[in-house]
Amino acid sequence: MAIECKNISYIYGNGSPQEIRALNHVTLTIPDGQFIGLIGHTGSGKSTLIQHLNGLLKATEGDILYNGESIYAETFSMKSLRSKVGLVFQYPEHQLFETDVFTDVCFGPKNLGLDDEPIRRRAREALDLVGLDASYDDVSPFELSGGQKRRVAIAGVLAMKPEVLILDEPTAGLDPRGRDEILDQVAKLHREQGMTVVLVSHSMEDVARYVDRIIVMNHGNAALDGASKEVFRHYRELEEIGLAAPQVTYIIHALKEQGFPIADDITTIKEAREAILRAMGDKT
Amino acid sequence: MGIIKASKLIYDYIKRDEDGNPDGTRRAVDQVDIDIEAGSFVAILGHNGSGKSTLAKHMNALLLPTEGTIWVSGKDTSLDENLWDVRRTAGMVFQNPDNQIIGTVVEEDVGFGPENIGVPTPEIWKRVEQSLEAVGMTMYRHHSPNKLSGGQKQRVAIAGVMAMRPRCIVLDEPTAMLDPNGRKEVIRTIRELNRAEQITVILITHYMEEVIEADHVYVMDDGRIVMEGTPHEVFARTEELKSYRLDVPQVTELSWQLKKAGLPLSDGILTIDAFVDEIMTLYKKP
Amino acid sequence: MIRDITIGQYYQTDSLLHRLDPRTKLVGTLVFIVSLFIAGNWLCYALAAVWLAGMIRLSRVPLSFIVRGLKAVMILLLISVGFNLFLTNGETVLVRFWIFRITLEGLRQAFFMALRLIFLIMGSSLMTLTTTPNQLTDGLETGLGFLKKIRVPIHEIAMMMSIALRFIPILIEETDKIMKAQMARGADFETGNLIERAKALVPILVPLFISAFRRATDLAMAMEARCYHGGEARTRMKPLVYETRDRMTYLAFAAYLAAMIALNRIF
Repeated sequence: MAIECKNISYIYGNGSPQEIRALNHVTLTIPDGQFIGLIGHTGSGKSTLIQHLNGLLKATEGDILYNGESIYAETFSMKSLRSKVGLVFQYPEHQLFETDVFTDVCFGPKNLGLDDEPIRRRAREALDLVGLDASYDDVSPFELSGGQKRRVAIAGVLAMKPEVLILDEPTAGLDPRGRDEILDQVAKLHREQGMTVVLVSHSMEDVARYVDRIIVMNHGNAALDGASKEVFRHYRELEEIGLAAPQVTYIIHALKEQGFPIADDITTIKEAREAILRAMGDKT
Repeated sequence: MGIIKASKLIYDYIKRDEDGNPDGTRRAVDQVDIDIEAGSFVAILGHNGSGKSTLAKHMNALLLPTEGTIWVSGKDTSLDENLWDVRRTAGMVFQNPDNQIIGTVVEEDVGFGPENIGVPTPEIWKRVEQSLEAVGMTMYRHHSPNKLSGGQKQRVAIAGVMAMRPRCIVLDEPTAMLDPNGRKEVIRTIRELNRAEQITVILITHYMEEVIEADHVYVMDDGRIVMEGTPHEVFARTEELKSYRLDVPQVTELSWQLKKAGLPLSDGILTIDAFVDEIMTLYKKP
Repeated sequence: MIRDITIGQYYQTDSLLHRLDPRTKLVGTLVFIVSLFIAGNWLCYALAAVWLAGMIRLSRVPLSFIVRGLKAVMILLLISVGFNLFLTNGETVLVRFWIFRITLEGLRQAFFMALRLIFLIMGSSLMTLTTTPNQLTDGLETGLGFLKKIRVPIHEIAMMMSIALRFIPILIEETDKIMKAQMARGADFETGNLIERAKALVPILVPLFISAFRRATDLAMAMEARCYHGGEARTRMKPLVYETRDRMTYLAFAAYLAAMIALNRIF
């Protein structure tokens, strides 16, 4: 059970003089149950890549397999793919259109052709997952705060019961608390429902805190792909392509340079705190 | 009195029912007193909905106080005859880069403000050139704004304000919609303007990294100013900041946690260098 | 398809045509259109073709770019050609089937009509391709300034046009984004009958309108913050001044029009 991208390329404006190669022979596998961070600067191809994973864009070259089946095969149902691979776009609250929260969340399951009862059940479950209780059901989504709107929009995708959840910068524009709330909920989905999650993010701090594996996109290629500690160890290479490591990594390297005994693969505050306290304790 | 001064400023949004009749009010800014010194770099922090944007819009007379007074360069913004002076003194840059660029060519957009205030043609050209130079966008002057990155668009917006020769720029979350590189680009630009041209900068944000080099920080919550001081003083109160839905840079957070665990570190460490120094001193101490 | 429309787009380069006063270009385009309706024989069309080719050459806009604009109006073109082809009465019948017949005159008429439309579209896209929307609205505003006397809010109309032109590409991109977001929620825009398809547009149109209103509010505020207060007491960064090249262009167009009339009369 996995999504496999086999040597996919995508060219915008194929054949025209302004053609842009947004993906350049990308091969990667997204196995079940992983929490993946997808990073890369603007224009590196990460948004193009995720739109391939649920078939919104069709690769110019190469093939994508979902659970071993080519999604470009004629017998393959795109509709079922889109329900299995949920994609939450950037600023997803801009896609809300119904007069109340509950009806908006029902839109996805309704499109799947379900009966009324399961539609309502799914909408309720999805809203519970993002922490919005029944008191919000009849509220107009346009009266909610920015963070709440965004949660409604995410619930709209969760109501399709996806196996894989892809979020394109779900915290853009939110304040620190709003950001933590959304990411904690996503982490919970991953932990408790075993959902595969792909998180596109610009914040290395967030990525380091939540994900198991990082894919770094650059010029349409998966430039680095590995466990997050492994990837942040290459922080100089990340800088060369306009990215960075979390601030903690820089703190640790600065300490190490001064002769402080500390492992250089630390990426979170929690690890740093423990390592520093341990080293201080060992000293005496 | 500083270049911007507010006294007991109150702003109430009028809530309306479905038929558009007034139905109560919501206080967005509550008894705010600020005094901003000309030439300084001031940051206003606060979570979404804390009232910081509402306060910012008063500095350009886009909103007028319900109660209290705000003076821009000594002029009361609520008086009609001061309106254009206020707007020329305090320029404003907004969050969404697309929704504030009027021109279809970069240089024409920068010229829009001076055109509105009746600057003679040769002078407009001079100002457009200087402003584009100041934000480092001269080479894009003939481009369409649609082809620029978010950071570049914000720099064009800043140039558009600069061309009106303001004494003060109010930036209302100018980096909220940008990626990290665009964010750095914009912050670098406004710091440069503050230093080189002595423009007073008022930066409204919720990104804590951006305020480290500010001269003065105000923290807003629920329409009020709840904290104020130098970045160092404000960040020293990590726990309090968190209670206002804010965050501190990782280095500050780490030192705060270590301190809680018993290491004798100072409060409000803002830079990696300062942190490493303190840790090494502790480590080398016998 | 919506991206193929070149009318209203601007092609960034530096050429004589780009530097001309927008009023000159407006009048020139008008003269060219008039000349196409005068044209009645092969020589006239040849002259128009040469003239247009010369203008395209001077504009430094790639021909392919201009031709692409024709794609969008292909259907309109085919319909009018069809009408002319089948509905023109004439003596020399070439083909006859059922109630239709194609005459030599019809063929000629259809061919001319096609040429006329193609030239017309190419000519007017050439104007918009070489004139920034701002210059264009400036040209309209100054050129039609006399309308202000009869209380036509010409400045406001011009400003509205220029803002609309700036936001069209943004809104197109936004439509695309919203469509994809709804497709990711299982929305289907491709199947179903007419009513179902119209219904399927609601999830696109509602967010699009909301976004357009939000942008309008933001923009109004940004304009106000930059001291915009209508056309009163406004100066111009790029005031319109006729240069020698504009006078020369007027002369050239006058000569062209005269030649066209002459060719039409003589042959």
